[in-house]
Amino acid sequence: MRIAASERTTHPVLIFWIAAGWVGYCLLPWYGVEDGFFSFQWLIDGYPFDEDYAPAAFLIAQGEKLWLAPLLLPLLAPLVMLGRRKTDPLYAPVLIIAGAAGFAWLIAQGFGIGIRGFNYAWLTALFGDLGDRQFGMGYGAMLLASSFLFLLTQGIAARGAINGDVFVVSAIGGVIVIVATFVFFPIARMLIAAFITDDGGYAIGAFFSKFFDDRLWGLGCFWGARCGAALNSLFLALCVATLTTCLGLTFALVVTRSGFRYNRALRALTVLPIITPPFVIGLALILLFGLSGTVTTFVADLFGTQPTRWLYGLPGIMIAQTLAYTPIAFLVLIGVVEGVSPSMEEAAQTLRANRWQTFKTVSLPLMRPGLANAFLLGFIESMADFGNPLVLGGNYDVLSTEIFFAIVGAQYDQGRAAVFAIVLLFFTLSAFFAQRRWLGKKSYTTVTGKGDSGVHPLMPRRLAWPVFAIAGIWGTFTIIVYGMIVYGSFVELWGVNNNLTFKHYITAFSVGLNEHGLHWSGSAWDSFFTTVFIAATAAPLTAAVGLTTAYLLTRQSFTGKDSFEFGTMLSFAIPGTVIGVSYILAFNVPPIEITGTGIILVVSFIFRNMPVGVRAGIASMSQLDKSLDESSLTLGANSWQTFRKVILPLLRPAILAALVFSFVRAMTAISAVIFLVSAEYNMATSYIIGRVENNDYGLAIAYSTTLIFVMLSVVAFLQFIVGRTQIGRRTQFVTGR
Amino acid sequence: MADTQITGKAAPVAFRDVTKAYGKEVTAVDNVSFDVEAGKLVTLLGPSGCGKTTMLRMIAGLEMVTAGTILIGDKDVTKLPATDRDVSMVFQSYALFPHMSVLENVAYGLGFSGFPKPEAHARAHAGLELVGLKGYDARLPSELSGGQQQRVAVARALVLEPQVLLFDEPLSNLDAKLRRQVREDIRGIQQDLGLTVVYVTHDQEEALAVSDEIVVMRNAQIAQIGTPRQLYDAPADAFVADFIGEANLIPCEILSVDGDTAEIAVDSYRYHLPSRGLPPGPSKMAVRPSRIVLNAGDGFDATIAKATYVGVRMEYSIKASFGSLFAVHDDVQNPLDEGSAVKVSFKEIGPVLIPPDRPT
Ligand SMILES: Nc1ncnc2c1ncn2[C@@H]1O[C@H](COP(=O)(O)OP(=O)(O)O)[C@@H](O)[C@H]1O
Ligand SMILES: [Mg+2]
Repeated sequence: MRIAASERTTHPVLIFWIAAGWVGYCLLPWYGVEDGFFSFQWLIDGYPFDEDYAPAAFLIAQGEKLWLAPLLLPLLAPLVMLGRRKTDPLYAPVLIIAGAAGFAWLIAQGFGIGIRGFNYAWLTALFGDLGDRQFGMGYGAMLLASSFLFLLTQGIAARGAINGDVFVVSAIGGVIVIVATFVFFPIARMLIAAFITDDGGYAIGAFFSKFFDDRLWGLGCFWGARCGAALNSLFLALCVATLTTCLGLTFALVVTRSGFRYNRALRALTVLPIITPPFVIGLALILLFGLSGTVTTFVADLFGTQPTRWLYGLPGIMIAQTLAYTPIAFLVLIGVVEGVSPSMEEAAQTLRANRWQTFKTVSLPLMRPGLANAFLLGFIESMADFGNPLVLGGNYDVLSTEIFFAIVGAQYDQGRAAVFAIVLLFFTLSAFFAQRRWLGKKSYTTVTGKGDSGVHPLMPRRLAWPVFAIAGIWGTFTIIVYGMIVYGSFVELWGVNNNLTFKHYITAFSVGLNEHGLHWSGSAWDSFFTTVFIAATAAPLTAAVGLTTAYLLTRQSFTGKDSFEFGTMLSFAIPGTVIGVSYILAFNVPPIEITGTGIILVVSFIFRNMPVGVRAGIASMSQLDKSLDESSLTLGANSWQTFRKVILPLLRPAILAALVFSFVRAMTAISAVIFLVSAEYNMATSYIIGRVENNDYGLAIAYSTTLIFVMLSVVAFLQFIVGRTQIGRRTQFVTGR
Repeated sequence: MADTQITGKAAPVAFRDVTKAYGKEVTAVDNVSFDVEAGKLVTLLGPSGCGKTTMLRMIAGLEMVTAGTILIGDKDVTKLPATDRDVSMVFQSYALFPHMSVLENVAYGLGFSGFPKPEAHARAHAGLELVGLKGYDARLPSELSGGQQQRVAVARALVLEPQVLLFDEPLSNLDAKLRRQVREDIRGIQQDLGLTVVYVTHDQEEALAVSDEIVVMRNAQIAQIGTPRQLYDAPADAFVADFIGEANLIPCEILSVDGDTAEIAVDSYRYHLPSRGLPPGPSKMAVRPSRIVLNAGDGFDATIAKATYVGVRMEYSIKASFGSLFAVHDDVQNPLDEGSAVKVSFKEIGPVLIPPDRPT
């Protein structure tokens, strides 16, 4: 049976992609449809002859867009291969050449010809004025591009790459192309934008004049003026990283080395940054310490002083970010502190070190890589944070907000936004490189804690008291802050009229009944539904891309795997604001023209959150014995069937986790989103920011509280499901070894 | 043996100058050629790290050869991936899919071979019956003992009626008692169905017990190929002699060769044995511990260095002029004392001359 299968002539996958290519070319509208990706108005609106909706074949037949005609050649070539075997000497070369040539021509014409004819002066010089133009790619072009890509990968597989495995080669090719398109291409566009002069030309000078601007590097704050945004960001990030690392370590020590009884409650803290929209902490701080904040007025009454605006600026941002990111450091450091092998510490104790000496000479040095990791994470998070500086920034300019104001402000200066973004990217990427350099790949493999039966010693007393004090104070503070958020959502007008009310919730979420049935009359529903829809669309795609990548990284070996891994993890270190700016610059013009649509939001979430999916996938796949895949292969399944029937079912908890976390992260994201929202697709977070800018704090806080509870229930649901799946197969995972 | 729809489609396997290198440093298999006849059980035997698993995985198509050719049933499969080879493998870890029931595990491969579901299930049932697990089909692998899991793994491989069936150290996760039983079961099924089996182990006793033919490996190369008897009675070199059963390597002098028979001297002791084509001169011989005779007339002089009582027999360490020997003796009633002088001689058949080691 199996022998027969291997000698069957034409592979169905090949037939499928050839057919897909023809459908894309002859049946689907070639250019992007104005009314949106999911609107099918075009079907009854002049298709297939109307120029806007016509497939490529119809366009050419009508004598238009003739530069699409050469695509017929690579479309025809694979047809010749239909009757042949993979071993046919012509099979691989024909597919490779057809796929590569078709793909290349698609890209070349896409970039070469835009909405004003030829995009480059030299093309006009060469061929004369085109007298025609084209818009962004639509269904047809996308499908044809995929068809060419997968013909190419099948050709490469037929040449024997990766044992001739079509699925693996195609998956690698697919991931490379989408990461290149949606991560590297926009960043490259942004780099280029930094060199554009005011009159539209390119010049190195344009970059340097913006780069050496005082707004970036000014040292004014040493003599009373303002400092540059780059220096501010750097200083802030260093402070926040140090604080979060120390506090995170403090909490981790309490949980693992103190016999503290409420560990589970403390661990639950780690879920906070996941479910909290990033600027919410800033809002709560304003309620406490702002000009009319509770504490401020209380102190002012007590001492008869004038309330000040001390919160707005460095102190406020620092406190907010420290509150927001301490749980992240905590999460990392719990693993690190638990990962220190107890037998090391026990050995030290038997060698006559007392507890303090043991901690200082053994435990702490062993934790050092973990501490560095937590520090760098805090650094990257602080650098990339957009929400808190926007709410609390005052006169303290940081890079992420300056980028935003350069784009949306009255100044509209793409070049400056690009330069600032490059500086920001430089900082976060340096931290990312440092992290990988020092910590290697260990940074995302979790400690198993197996095979070590010792017990961690308790903290030395000298350390225990300060640790408890700090953890207690900070823990209380966190609780107060979150309490403030909930309480604040019920207050009429904070500091002015402190009556309790449901007013804000009613304004935001009222539901009425009218003759058409239910009427979502609240002002927040619109953005809420959009957010849920976009996040729910992005989540499965994120999980799919992330897990496929994780599969390739853990289960396959191929040349260039290290660069492949690096490229896919890179987007982790790209701040949302940078993504936002680069997407605007890259996707506003053909060939990919998606700004203002929901697609760009979905795409930005996929690539922002992909590293989360990759990490989750790697972590759980490395626990599955490789012999499971191999036995499936020897039993006659191919690698796609193995992936689907063996790996995916065993990864169900990881898939769920990836789904939920990418959903939740998409709901709370703000930094990239704020650049990409449009009137039609407004997201919850950007709606809230808009309320804050109008000083409508009550509504903003009520909406935020709602989001927090929605997300809390989503995460709790996940816990419930995953918890049950694991109980249901408690003993299963010990087999197969 | 149950009546069964399962039949063998046994095919021969051939390695032609196969080399497998990992990177530039490691050569796991070095220019190896051998043949496995259809319907035979051939064991790859050798110390850990000598390349046995790598050879097996190359037959399965899980590793691709660096150089050379692999034939299965006269067909060149060198470039075929695992999916497309008609070979099944039983893994050391069993690799049962934990999320599928026993029946689903066994029917897994049948689904890909184009069998409709009812037939796949019927065949899977037959396979389970064959390994004595009738009635276990609804269980999950985690609900079986180690030996039962092992048998499920065997059934899963068997039902595909592969041209070649591969085992990688199938007994290593079982306790000692079960090993003998499972080993006999595997051999029984193999012989009944006439399967071609390639079997990897590092345990020489296991290899001797199950094999039609044994391929002894050393440092990525083949040291010797032969039936269990040939290997035991006529080891090609000192390595094989020592690896297959224990052997004392004793330096000796070949005094004269007469046809196929050589006369040798160990100290003053004279002994006759097959010459194996060796010329007169200094040589070495291998003598199994059980072939050493103590205090029975003629012999060379030695002393008992250590005497150990192990129940069924006595074990002696003996000190001779050229070094020490290890001997076992069935007479536990009259043990020899430590320190006493003995005359050592050899039984009539058993000892063999060892050709000088080939340079490696
Ligand atoms: N994937 C690999 N990469 C590098 N070296 C390997 C790999 N697999 C096996 N080896 C090396 O090849 C040699 C043979 O391994 P193996 O076939 O597993 O030995 P064994 O006879 O114990 O089964 C060993 O030295 C091992 O270290
Ligand atoms: Mg092995």
